[in-house]
Amino acid sequence: MHKLLLKGGRVIDPKAGEMFTADILIVEGKVAAIGPALEAGEGAVMDVTGKLVAPGLIDMHVHFREPGFEAKETIASGSRAAARGGFTAVVCMPNTDPVADNRAVISCIKARAQETGLVKVYPVGAITRGIRGEELTEMADLKEAGAVALSDDGRPVASAAVMRRAMQYARMVGLPIISHCEEPALSAGGVMHEGYMSTVLGLPGIPAAAEEIMVARDIILSEYTGCPLHIAHVSTAGSVRLIREAKARGVPVTAEVAPHHFTLTHRAVANYDTSTKVNPPLRTEDDVAALKEALADGTIDVIATDHAPHTLEEKDVEYQLAPFGLVGLETALGLVWTELVIPGVLSPVEAIRKLTVNPARILGLPEGVLKVGGDADITIIDPELVEVVDPATFASKGRNTPFAGRRLQGLPVATIVKGQVVYNRNLAVIW
Amino acid sequence: MRHKAQILDKEGIRRALTRIAHEIIERNKGTDGLALIGIRRRGVPLAERLAAKIREIEGSTVPVGTLDITLYRDDLTTLAQQPLVHRTEVPFAVSDKKIVLVDDVIYTGRTIRAALDAIMDLGRPRVIQLAVLVDRGHRELPIRADYVGKNVPTSRREVVAVRLQETDGEERVLILEND
Amino acid sequence: MMNWKRKDLLGLKDLSAEEIKLILDTAVPMKEILGRRIKKVPTLRGRTVVTLFYEPSTRTRTSFELAAKYLSADSVNISTSASSVVKGESLKDTARTLAAMGADVVILRHPMAGAPVLLARTIRAAVINAGDGTHEHPTQALLDMFTVREKKGELAGLTVAIIGDILHSRVARSNIWGFTKMGARVRVCGPATMMPPEIEVTGAQVCLSIEEALTGADVVMMLRIQLERQQQGLFPSIREYARLFGLNRERLSLARPDALVMHPGPMNRGVEISPEVADGVNSVINEQVTNGVAVRMALLYLLSGGGMPDA
Repeated sequence: MHKLLLKGGRVIDPKAGEMFTADILIVEGKVAAIGPALEAGEGAVMDVTGKLVAPGLIDMHVHFREPGFEAKETIASGSRAAARGGFTAVVCMPNTDPVADNRAVISCIKARAQETGLVKVYPVGAITRGIRGEELTEMADLKEAGAVALSDDGRPVASAAVMRRAMQYARMVGLPIISHCEEPALSAGGVMHEGYMSTVLGLPGIPAAAEEIMVARDIILSEYTGCPLHIAHVSTAGSVRLIREAKARGVPVTAEVAPHHFTLTHRAVANYDTSTKVNPPLRTEDDVAALKEALADGTIDVIATDHAPHTLEEKDVEYQLAPFGLVGLETALGLVWTELVIPGVLSPVEAIRKLTVNPARILGLPEGVLKVGGDADITIIDPELVEVVDPATFASKGRNTPFAGRRLQGLPVATIVKGQVVYNRNLAVIW
Repeated sequence: MRHKAQILDKEGIRRALTRIAHEIIERNKGTDGLALIGIRRRGVPLAERLAAKIREIEGSTVPVGTLDITLYRDDLTTLAQQPLVHRTEVPFAVSDKKIVLVDDVIYTGRTIRAALDAIMDLGRPRVIQLAVLVDRGHRELPIRADYVGKNVPTSRREVVAVRLQETDGEERVLILEND
Repeated sequence: MMNWKRKDLLGLKDLSAEEIKLILDTAVPMKEILGRRIKKVPTLRGRTVVTLFYEPSTRTRTSFELAAKYLSADSVNISTSASSVVKGESLKDTARTLAAMGADVVILRHPMAGAPVLLARTIRAAVINAGDGTHEHPTQALLDMFTVREKKGELAGLTVAIIGDILHSRVARSNIWGFTKMGARVRVCGPATMMPPEIEVTGAQVCLSIEEALTGADVVMMLRIQLERQQQGLFPSIREYARLFGLNRERLSLARPDALVMHPGPMNRGVEISPEVADGVNSVINEQVTNGVAVRMALLYLLSGGGMPDA
């Protein structure tokens, strides 16, 4: 019998909102016991004294690029990056080639993830065929094949009529809609936030209004259709206000923010560093402050990376020609700790909640909690560990990060999926 | 930089220039078609002083121009930073003139080579002569001065420093030595 | 007096007033060379200057080529269509070729902002930005400043009005940085649809009407209006544009009597500027062209410092 005992850690229960010292005994991939002074018997013991023991982190917004763009990332390399970043489950966006708009592609993604066998991979199905924003996909079939949500992420659903039908249908099928909010007529040609920096750099801007108009539209449609709506990668203070107000009114809307959006501003673009080119773009200091406030007051439910790897060649070009996106899996937790937990924006429990139970609840996943009988998906965090980000050490194929050289404190040191240690940085395991 | 010796004082400079002025008039049989061009920086006040002395002696005015040879230097590719370029102001046509080029010190001859090229680009003088306050030897090019204030044997480690009222606020010529 | 220390000239935003002054001061003796019968000095013999143009611009390219020739550098032109950029012909690959060819200075005109920054990071040769997208056009601004300084003696204290499509103008941006650093006041004026957001943070003052912009101005700089902006819906008609933002004699009378009228060219006569003003006594448009060569000679000279790449 496979047994592993995690000894002496501070266990975080994000659902109950508690943190307490306890041992966790894992037997045959399941949590067998949580309590003081447990014994491993003939099993292995991992000393996690001084570490935080959290439910396995879930990143509900990644791009693993497979099928179609395996030079950027594969399910295998993305899974390794996830494990290294402390994530035990990831949710893959459907903008692959072919697009995940049919059962075959969803099944393929699940099969590839199974083969890799590192972390859990949940696919998202497309809202419209080919993410062209025209005809609806076979949403019931997608759900049956394993899709946990629907999204045309990477592209907005430009037509309000199509989005309205999508929400009506998705509600019937029982899948949430994840909306990439961008009014294409306003963002067209834009490559960075429209403001002082775009004026100085002479780069075409994407105004905050391009996002906010779509946030407003989709909130109105969600309210009208009753379909659960999740706003992906919120980046502006105006979006925060709209979401906060909608939540207060009881609209079934949730929202996520990406670490780069609460960390960096458009000033990071100053030297045309293409690793700062991301959609939605890096915004202003005021937006960053509003996002932190929204994280603290619960307006924003989830922290998700929007992990978007690209090859070096694709990014090593003129700013306007570079693709949007940056890699986030291997810097996410460090940024959450350094930028949110240590400065006191979020308590450790609140931060973990936005990386575990909240995404699980939105997507209807069984993960995100530590309970006896449940899968032993666990992330061990060393809140004292300090590291300077070095993209050369990434497991991801993508090295497109704007955080190279940044000092982070609070990092994952071990990742356990169904009782298997899929990443172990420095913890001793005694047999 | 150590002060080693003073080779000319104020009077010495004055006498040297007076003698050169006489020699210029003598050699050129008057001032007809004569023009002076000083090489920046210290050749410029020296050229002006020579013109003033020639006027005192002959009563005629000789035109004076200013030459900046920076763009003609042969060592630009070896310098870490580009030296500042100043204006060349030669307010007369040099073609068919008897040009007396004036500088403070002649050493390797490279500055004079550059100055000759610079003047040629302005036109075709009948003759170019060279007047210097100090000839310190160590020529690297086949160039010699027609008028010399003082010949001073030096070693390469030494520096000849010409200090003029107009540029330095004092009047003397020193030999300095690198420590 | 300071020396030049930068490898490249990518824009005026990061230059100090001292550096700008050095360039303008160096352009003075260069202009003297332009007045000679033999317009040639041997300064850059053996150096290779490459003009790499991804946008057609005969006047800027010719100006740089003449500047290189007058300094005795060898100049090579590589003109590529803007469409090749979109087709993904890598600027960095081209850059490596240039380096292999032994280019000492590369002059880049590119439709995309920041391309010279990318090139400068890639190669050891000095890079001069000859206009990148809607970012900067530093040599145009320097020749504008040189022209104004020559006429007015001093830039500090002057009021400069820049009128037209500020949003898409790299010339406007470089001139705002340059003139404000030298102590001039810069006013910008144009259709609200062509005014970049938060432009006032650059130090420029936004004027809503051309009359407001022109009143008491020492320098009036008119920008070319690209006629295709009308199709993009940025202004309703040429007629209305000319009515609201065109410079004519009557409007010019609001500026100081000795105001200079400038235009980076090519002009739409009768649209942004009336012919009688373009060719009038206040116009220094033709002198801008001559001064462009002098300023570019100064830059080629200053940026060729640091010894030969293989020396």
